[in-house]
Amino acid sequence: MCYNINNFINFILEKVITMANFLGIDVGSTTVKMTIVESETKKIVYSSYERHFSRVKECVLAGLEKVRQAYPNLRFKTAITGSAGLGLAQKSGVHFVQEVQAAFVAIKKYYADADVAVELGGEDAKIIFLTGGTEQRMNGSCAGGTGAFLDQMATLLNVNVQEMDELALQAEKVYPIASRCGVFAKSDVQPLINQGAAKADIAASIFQAVVEQTVSGLAQGRKIKGKVLFLGGPLYFSKALRKAFVTTLGLDSEHAIFPENAPIFISVGAALSAKAETEYSAEELQQKIASAKASDEVARGEALFKNREEYEEFVARHKRSDLQFADIRTYQGNAYLGIDSGSTTTKLMLITEDCRVLYSHYQANNGQPLDIVVERLKEMYALCGSGVNVCAGAVTGYGEDMMKSALKMDFGIVETVAHFKAALHFNPKVDFIIDIGGQDIKCFKVKNGAIDSIMLNEACSSGCGSFIQTFAKAMDMDVESFARLGLFAPAPVELGSRCTVFMNSAVKQAQKEGASVEDISAGLSSSIVKNAVYKVIRARTPEELGEHIVVQGGTFMNDAVLRSFEKETGKEVVRPAIAGLMGAFGAAIYAKENAVNKQSSMLSKELLETFTYTSKCAVCHGCTSHCNINILTFEDGSKYVSGNKCERGAGQKPQSGDWNIYEYKYNRLLACADEKDGGRATTNGEKTWTVGIPLQLITFEQFPLWSAFFKALGCKVVVSDKSNRELYFRGQHTVASDTVCYPAKLMHGHIESLLDKGVDFVFYPSESYNLDEHASINHYNCPIVAYYGELLKANNERLNETNFLSPYVDLNERASTVRNLHKSFQGKFTKKAIDRALDMGFSALAEYHKDIVKKSDEILEKARAEKKPIVVLTGRPYHADPEINHGIGKLLNSLGIAVLCEDGVCEKAPLVEVNVLNQWTYHARMYRAAEYVCRQKDMQLVQLVSFGCGIDAITTDEIRAIMEENGKLYTQIKIDEINNLGVVKIRLRSMLAAVTEQEKGAKYDANNQL
Amino acid sequence: MQTISYKKATPVFTEEMKSTYKILIPNMLPYHFEILCEIFRQKGYDIEVLTTEDRAIIDEALKHVHNDTCYPALCVIGQFIDALKSGKYDPDKTAVLITQSGGGCRASNYVPLLRRALSAEFPQVPVLSLNFSGLEKGNGLEVDLKTLLKLAYGIFYADAVMSLYNQCKPYEKIVGQTEQVRDECIAYVKSTLCGRKCRKYKTIVKKLLVAFSKIERTNEKKVKVGIVGEIYVKYSPLANSGLEKFLYAENCEPVVPALMDFVMYCIVNNINDAKLYNHNKLVAFAYNLVYKHLLKVQRKVIRMFQETGFEPPHDFEELRRLADKVLHQGVKMGEGWLIPAEMLALYESGTENIVCAQPFGCLPNHIVGKGAARAVKALHEDVNIVPIDYDPSATKVNQENRLKLMLATARERLEEKNAGKKI
Repeated sequence: MCYNINNFINFILEKVITMANFLGIDVGSTTVKMTIVESETKKIVYSSYERHFSRVKECVLAGLEKVRQAYPNLRFKTAITGSAGLGLAQKSGVHFVQEVQAAFVAIKKYYADADVAVELGGEDAKIIFLTGGTEQRMNGSCAGGTGAFLDQMATLLNVNVQEMDELALQAEKVYPIASRCGVFAKSDVQPLINQGAAKADIAASIFQAVVEQTVSGLAQGRKIKGKVLFLGGPLYFSKALRKAFVTTLGLDSEHAIFPENAPIFISVGAALSAKAETEYSAEELQQKIASAKASDEVARGEALFKNREEYEEFVARHKRSDLQFADIRTYQGNAYLGIDSGSTTTKLMLITEDCRVLYSHYQANNGQPLDIVVERLKEMYALCGSGVNVCAGAVTGYGEDMMKSALKMDFGIVETVAHFKAALHFNPKVDFIIDIGGQDIKCFKVKNGAIDSIMLNEACSSGCGSFIQTFAKAMDMDVESFARLGLFAPAPVELGSRCTVFMNSAVKQAQKEGASVEDISAGLSSSIVKNAVYKVIRARTPEELGEHIVVQGGTFMNDAVLRSFEKETGKEVVRPAIAGLMGAFGAAIYAKENAVNKQSSMLSKELLETFTYTSKCAVCHGCTSHCNINILTFEDGSKYVSGNKCERGAGQKPQSGDWNIYEYKYNRLLACADEKDGGRATTNGEKTWTVGIPLQLITFEQFPLWSAFFKALGCKVVVSDKSNRELYFRGQHTVASDTVCYPAKLMHGHIESLLDKGVDFVFYPSESYNLDEHASINHYNCPIVAYYGELLKANNERLNETNFLSPYVDLNERASTVRNLHKSFQGKFTKKAIDRALDMGFSALAEYHKDIVKKSDEILEKARAEKKPIVVLTGRPYHADPEINHGIGKLLNSLGIAVLCEDGVCEKAPLVEVNVLNQWTYHARMYRAAEYVCRQKDMQLVQLVSFGCGIDAITTDEIRAIMEENGKLYTQIKIDEINNLGVVKIRLRSMLAAVTEQEKGAKYDANNQL
Repeated sequence: MQTISYKKATPVFTEEMKSTYKILIPNMLPYHFEILCEIFRQKGYDIEVLTTEDRAIIDEALKHVHNDTCYPALCVIGQFIDALKSGKYDPDKTAVLITQSGGGCRASNYVPLLRRALSAEFPQVPVLSLNFSGLEKGNGLEVDLKTLLKLAYGIFYADAVMSLYNQCKPYEKIVGQTEQVRDECIAYVKSTLCGRKCRKYKTIVKKLLVAFSKIERTNEKKVKVGIVGEIYVKYSPLANSGLEKFLYAENCEPVVPALMDFVMYCIVNNINDAKLYNHNKLVAFAYNLVYKHLLKVQRKVIRMFQETGFEPPHDFEELRRLADKVLHQGVKMGEGWLIPAEMLALYESGTENIVCAQPFGCLPNHIVGKGAARAVKALHEDVNIVPIDYDPSATKVNQENRLKLMLATARERLEEKNAGKKI
């Protein structure tokens, strides 16, 4: 009896205690949060917040230990939440709640009157709409606008997140920065740093970018209004971010709520969601978590080295490729200087007549490349004995022009030439060179002593090299020791190779699954190599690479990367001991070979001592581009301008548009909107309709057609505003898919601009089929061009059945076209009138095509008369939009090149049969243009590819094959919303340099044969 | 006009090879392909469906295919190369087969992409195309009208088995019974493919229904999750990281729309083109005959399902009607209007939770997946759609976490509903 009563009391006691406590554990991508909530009062009685540095399990166990010590006798209804908690919950058997759901529960409990909640975490961004139709949204697979993004950006600015926050509060202006992805943002931020924009302004721009991404990318048009709750670490810790959100959303203090317990808020939600089934004491929980096994779900690769011997053989082999040194203090004779002014690092080298090293230096330029070079040159001169005669100096890299004008260097050369010169020194038979730097990957094949083809990485895979450095930093290690850890890792993890953002999230997953630092280090090295091999080089067999491979660039100094490369390609390669300095070394060799009278034009030791300059930021008002420019003024009054897209910014007269068909094309299309030849007033008092046509996608090239068509019907034709970044932002909130191409994204802005102009209806036809030009087996449009009208209709609330018409037509079939148009116009026009108007339309289109060909011929003739090199810039018609091509045509002009386009030349070529299915009208033109270029000695081809264009994954390979089969260079430029002309310029100049070299080689061959 | 050819010679699959070569096909739908292969086996082909799923597949693909190509192409091509390298098959006596849709999506380029990928290490392996658009003449399996009809019936039966399996498995009382019945049914269907027996669809479907209805099931209410999306990623466990398995483990009932829907979608597109653009009316007439017949069979199957108390396949005319609510049936590239149509059909048949599985950067899916989801939501506020991107570099945690969010909402609604009923 007694026993029973005791039992009963215990039972009651237990019941009371257990009823009273909930434990929520939130394991995010960077932190572990724990909260205990009393069930009766819903009071938070305990909470903790710890960074886990990817040691998830240990951190959770430590947290539980604290809980156990504080509440040794309690039992908790427990739930785990968070992206990193998922695996842990599954393996330990503890109840799991999805974190958005957890947030939802907590909000309903504590902030029942909130309308929207915005939560930014380490890698995920979420929005919960609570009123007016609950909806919960999470960002897609690209991790833009999150804590990880902020970390990355802070690293780039060389500050920590807290410092970045403080900086941002002092900002004076905001620059537009691509926010959807860290890699892209980096491409926007780096030029700003290089141009010397104020750090405070850049910092503020970064926070603003996060806001834009959340407001437009995540909310996708749904208004964030009412009482808004802001949750998650970044929003709690960063004042600047909070300010940016509040200002952008126009909230007052009553409507913007920043909960005191924001960092642990989700764990509160988890606690409240805990189920009765999972009730444990802290000790039981510890046991459960401790016994959770690491999963074998992480893919693993092979170890880099089987054993120590293999490693030692490897080290010994690479030791052979070293340079000799000479003492700068005692050396007597001529010396040559090479400077490699890269986007993130600066390299200098001084060599002797026989290529011994007198002085070398490698340093991150921290946004002040010029200061660093000047400082180092002073140091170098100070070291120099009296016998050193610096005869000549060459500079290469991003900062080439700046250094040249500031320091009066003798030569400025393209990076590829510099690297090639340096590689030749180490292996005169070199036939393949790969350079992996911090930001870029460059490869070139060498044939007959000249560069035969160049492969550079695209924006998406940039930053691989520096990623390993950033990561090492995060692990509190220097990059060398971090890399060394990977050498003997037993089972390197597979981390994917798409981009650093995906790699970052793969690393975190691997860590959560218990992968060791060693395995991650090796995995990172191998990912970088895979990115280079699969995405940049794209060789299918090791044989394609060549026999004599030289690898260089700072990233190859890492033995694990070097080994991965050898393993991946199955080739033994040469890595010079100065791998990181090859650009500077090559430049120095170039200076040596080309020094004329042993008298350098460079600033002397004396002049350097007094060297000063002033830097000023300004906006160029030369044209509508409004480039942010930076003006450096030197002592002698000379100036250097950077950031400008054309010569106008540098105060020079721009090349006339006469050399650029792209400019002509765009203006020719815009001219079709002119009033004068249309809009005949209707006589019978009928309404005159105002029709808006977006100048983008299908209605870009077909603008002459539809413009003439509607004018013939007596309508007033209104064309959308010219594309620019602002126009894109205007429509960004209706963009449905992050990864669609930039032309499509711009389309949303075009539609907004037309609606704002008050047109009666916007016209965008749906055309599965383009016009049949009888050059391909079918004549489709790509799915985006064909059906974008459907997407616009579904995602822009301002559009409806009457103000947006997108009839389905196949322009090759007249009767059905007339019928479908008639139906879509809902009786506005008669079938007969439509038919007649189509005649006008088609003849206007034919006229346009004729003009393009005529102008092409003119440019061609004139270029040939003046012996100008010619480039056929091939892409889609809408790549003629200057916001899409970022002025690449102008850039080519400024390099002295005449620019033609694919539709101006394709008809001069025979039909082309290709290996792939040739079934898209626009793409068929490119194959023929390629064939045409191959038959012209003075022409090169450059293909423009929009990021995200799936079809170009197919055409690029095919066009490259056509070019290479004919012994021509293939150059591809990937374009997106980011504008990084610096890289494009290097690429184009490399191409030109290679062509010149090849021509020299050809002449040499011809002479030899004679 | 003069034509210049850059076409590389590729090995052709000759008549003699039929008896001496093994033909490999990728694994998209395990039961379907097993059944369809049987039809070709009876015609004398030696066909094998690849069921490999290891990581090496993706690694091979990344090495041999442009990395921006869509994920299904990477999976399929990688699987072939991985198989050819495994040593299990003699590359000199092996051919590979894939289907080719011939639409405006880049998927119709898988055959050339596969050829290019093989040319580096297995240039001798012929690539066969299974298509009905007249592409790759002389390099496909011979498909006469009789075979075509058999294939159609095969798809109906496989669809039935797949649907019944999914409806029974989550509720089975005796663990493993559903698998057993499924295997028996597949064996049975295969046995009917000889001769004309397979056309007796009423008898065959009846048998399948009876077999599955014998499985003892609980009355539990479980969360139903529909799977729509790009055709390969939607079905293939290799591409969607075992999505169905994941859903089973989460105690859900996966609802996977029939493959026949896609077949009929392709047929109807030809009919639509004729109607919209006056394209070849004669061809359309023939397609219309086929369509009418398939529809007749489908409707009978639907009735039989209903009579046995199982959730039937979607009526295709109904799907077309539903598509019209969201977008025009002119959207015919990739899975086109079928995706929003299936979303609506799932919703209306009580499956409010939907995964839209798509390859990262899939062009048609920008329009018909992510792009159309909003329009579907505008019609039904409580539809619970989650788009998931699949890609060699996408992490599983990222995908599963989004699925979990969808499931959390789904469970909450189910609880609300159950509670509502009790009151």
